[in-house]
Amino acid sequence: MKRRLLLAIPLIVFVVFGVFLYQGLGMNPFDRESALKTKKFPEFTLPALEDPERQLSNADLEGEVTLVNVWGEWCPTCKQEMPQLLALANQGVRLVGVDYKDTRTKGLQFLDEFGNPFEFNVFDADGSLGFDLGVYGAPETFLIDAQGVIRYHHTGYIKPEDVRDTILPEVEKWRQ
Amino acid sequence: MASVNRALGLVLLSLAALLSVMAAQAESIEIRQFDNPVTEQRYQSLTASLRCPKCQNQAIDDSDSPIAGDMRDRVYLLLQDGRSDREVLDFMVERFGDYVLYNPRLEGRTMLLWGLPAGLLLVGGLFMILLVRSRRKASVKALSDEERARLDALTKREKIS
Repeated sequence: MKRRLLLAIPLIVFVVFGVFLYQGLGMNPFDRESALKTKKFPEFTLPALEDPERQLSNADLEGEVTLVNVWGEWCPTCKQEMPQLLALANQGVRLVGVDYKDTRTKGLQFLDEFGNPFEFNVFDADGSLGFDLGVYGAPETFLIDAQGVIRYHHTGYIKPEDVRDTILPEVEKWRQ
Repeated sequence: MASVNRALGLVLLSLAALLSVMAAQAESIEIRQFDNPVTEQRYQSLTASLRCPKCQNQAIDDSDSPIAGDMRDRVYLLLQDGRSDREVLDFMVERFGDYVLYNPRLEGRTMLLWGLPAGLLLVGGLFMILLVRSRRKASVKALSDEERARLDALTKREKIS
């Protein structure tokens, strides 16, 4: 009997390994935690998209739980995401946009066409703020608390159900 | 004469088109100036060991993804700025996470990753030693009287036939 059990060891090892690897197959490789979670929002000084004269910095973000959305006119998923962002703004969430690697005319055109849920937009033409945020594609969304600490990160498209299931609960959680 | 001129014009035109295509290609190849070959070597090895965050499995020196280009620019600038390799890697990890390191660091969280191969080798080696020992012990055991009698019977029978 003992010998039989010993013989089963390779099989058990194989099954455990198989389950482990099978789980890996279903994982989304872009569903990674941001390296900046629980860190301060990176320092920046950049002009506003709406007004080249207006300089924005971290102080403009702090004071209230804020959703920072990194977008660009060149990004098709950002267009699909706009209705969800507008819904969030309607529910009283404060949104700030980062227009990432874009031109001013195209960025403003985008807002005209798809709506503007943002209180203001940071104009990050060369992508330097995006780089400091570890953004490797758009859209990406960061939730920061009133002290300017990153609390939640969403990579890619925000689905309509994500608004209710994850984003709004997270906003509520950090408002307290 | 007119036809010769036309032919010449056509040749010149196609030559110009070819040149403009070549110029456009050259533009997509990055040319970086290094003040010494050591820095250049460090640049090469750093960009080969950093993983592109947008790609599944590609180093930033091998990827056309825009973020890989940004990261190469930054590696270059940091090296020009006199930063060490460690500082460059830290800079990238701070922003993009451990994901970008092709050579994971040896720390608490990566113990399993580094330790597992060595551990498995050790367990396997131990198993082999135990197996060989138990076999050896079994082989030196003398036959009992009964076994010897059976063996004799069998060998005799074989000889007869």
